[in-house]
Amino acid sequence: MRHIISVLMENEPGALSRVVGLFSQRNFNIETLNVAPTDDPTLSRLTLTTFGSDQVVEQITKQLNKLIDVVKLVDLTEGQHIEREMMLVKVRASGAQRAEVKRTVDIFRGNIVDMTPSIYTIQIVGESDKLDGFLHALSGMHILEVVRTGVSGIARGEKTLSL
Amino acid sequence: MELLSGGEMIARFLKDEGVEYIYGYPGGAALHIYDALHRQSDVKHVLVRHEQAATHMADGYARATGKPGVVLVTSGPGATNTVTGIATAFMDSIPMVVICGQVMSYLIGEDAFQETDMIGVSRPIVKHSFSVKHPSEIPLILKKAFHIASTGRPGPVVVDIPKDMTMPNEKFEYSFPESVSLRSYTPPTKGHSGQIKKAVDLLLAAKRPMIYAGGGVIMGGASEQLTKLAKELGYPVTNTLMGLGGYSATDDQSVGMLGMHGSYEANQAMHHSDLILAIGARFDDRVTNDPDKFCPSAKIIHVDIDPASISKTIRADVPIVGPVIQVLEEMMGLIDDAPARTNQDAIASWWKQINEWRQVHGGRYDTAGDKIKPQAAVEACWRATNGDAYVASDVGQHQMFTAQYYKFSKPYRWINSGGLGTMGFGLPAAMGVKMNFPEETVVCVTGEGSIQMNIQELSTCLQYGIPVKILCLNNGSLGMVRQWQDMNYEGRHSNSYMDSLPEFKTLMDAYRHKYVEIRTKDELDAKMEEAFAMTDQLVFINCYVDPEEHVYPMQVPRGSMRDMFLSKTERT
Repeated sequence: MRHIISVLMENEPGALSRVVGLFSQRNFNIETLNVAPTDDPTLSRLTLTTFGSDQVVEQITKQLNKLIDVVKLVDLTEGQHIEREMMLVKVRASGAQRAEVKRTVDIFRGNIVDMTPSIYTIQIVGESDKLDGFLHALSGMHILEVVRTGVSGIARGEKTLSL
Repeated sequence: MELLSGGEMIARFLKDEGVEYIYGYPGGAALHIYDALHRQSDVKHVLVRHEQAATHMADGYARATGKPGVVLVTSGPGATNTVTGIATAFMDSIPMVVICGQVMSYLIGEDAFQETDMIGVSRPIVKHSFSVKHPSEIPLILKKAFHIASTGRPGPVVVDIPKDMTMPNEKFEYSFPESVSLRSYTPPTKGHSGQIKKAVDLLLAAKRPMIYAGGGVIMGGASEQLTKLAKELGYPVTNTLMGLGGYSATDDQSVGMLGMHGSYEANQAMHHSDLILAIGARFDDRVTNDPDKFCPSAKIIHVDIDPASISKTIRADVPIVGPVIQVLEEMMGLIDDAPARTNQDAIASWWKQINEWRQVHGGRYDTAGDKIKPQAAVEACWRATNGDAYVASDVGQHQMFTAQYYKFSKPYRWINSGGLGTMGFGLPAAMGVKMNFPEETVVCVTGEGSIQMNIQELSTCLQYGIPVKILCLNNGSLGMVRQWQDMNYEGRHSNSYMDSLPEFKTLMDAYRHKYVEIRTKDELDAKMEEAFAMTDQLVFINCYVDPEEHVYPMQVPRGSMRDMFLSKTERT
């Protein structure tokens, strides 16, 4: 099963390599990963998605918690949560294709963030499935480049991951 | 406030932390630190002959005392030579602080002379590591390093110190940090009372209980509590390789070691038990055999300070995260208050069954023939040392024979690389113990293979006068490798034989140590006593043993715990 694990950790050099190293060392997989400092500059927030049985994910969270740099973590998929990923897609579009791309972007509530006479650069935000769906919808087009941020997430309601 | 250079701070901190000995080897990036050490006399530095040995010395000290061992090395090769020793300590949860020199901070990343990314190299084998960015951070970083190394589940911590952090002329205020708190590191101090209650209820109702105690009992300082609990309950106790001595092997309730080379009765009893109380043990693959076939009818109570150890390989029914000493004490309190027990008949018949199992193998070995059996050599060593020595071991058959036949009755006495299985560990580990317990008998049981992996330390023994006893069970081959080749490769002894061993007698002469040779069974006890009588000398006891001998019992691969080979011709 897919899990989204969100980690608050010390914003220090080496902290990220400890987290990433743990996954290869213990034979866990990482599907997506993103990390950035939080509003508290001493803390970074790292979000990763991984696949594994309950037992494997239990080990992942325990082993992450053991890292001294990890302050707190939550498996967002254990409760109600919001997840978002952003994608930028560069497609070649000319003639009639331009209108079709524009229409598809509107359907997916994306934005065209850059253009030239033959290129559209599109920004799409949503759950990973939606991003996959958008790429599928564009499959007849000439896609030049795709870049995704990986999943970020937050719990619904009162629950927070903070100090 | 005092002004000290970074190098002086390190020396001073170690003194203030109560460190008596550090083990290491100087080199360019560590020279400022070595100069600071030279200008004080509180902290004594032991110069080894290879940095790996420094880590094993520190490790031996840590295993014998429960306190962190301290290593000091230079950057690059000095640091990388410690890797095996750090990994050894990591696998066995041994507290250790390794201070590594590093090239000047402004050279880092430029492939400078003797530059290695030691933080990166050591990352998978440390509990944590620190890199010093400013000299004034040194006291607090070292305090954190000692705190992390020695609390919770202990482990090695690396502190990487660039040379310009220790400049003699750049002085900063020093004060010893009395305490330290880390928001992201709060080891458990107490087990969950509800869980402990649940565990005690199960314990009191069990019909075929087993207490399975690991190294955590020793490092957690809980041998006394374990003994009390086991005595009160009257249940059988088995120790892991790491846990030997945590419960006295000479006590009636001890069924010996369990696992791959565990006793027949321990493995049978585990397999048939209905309740396992696992304390400070981690269900290692050398214990469980095939996890899918592990103890099919047992409920499992697992007490450990590391939550990640619980349900890692074997699912626990009652997980208890906490210090073993506190959990055992709380259990004891509940047991004292419990009403009369109703399982006494069941326990009596359980003991009857176990005593029958004890008769099946009982640690027997073939005593016929002219050759000295390695088991007999270990038993002779046990007699010569009144079963009371600190015994450091290398890795291989001799290690298993020692685990089986040297009946440890006290904790902290059995010093062996259980998790990593590091050949070359024994001699330096024994040295670390002996330096700190000069009045005690310290013996390194080894083989002619293992001893050569750190034999250069005979020189360190000469320099510091470290009169350890080295009992070399010489079978002229890498015995455990050979055993596996006999059992799994139709006796093809690929590279498990060395046909140009040194003349150990000449070698000992060269290092001005003593040498005793044992070739026949009838001289075994007398020669052993002769060697141990030379208390102020290092004595190398070259004991020629039967090269054909195998270690038994031995679990059948991918079987359950009770599936064992009992000799070359028998299996369960």
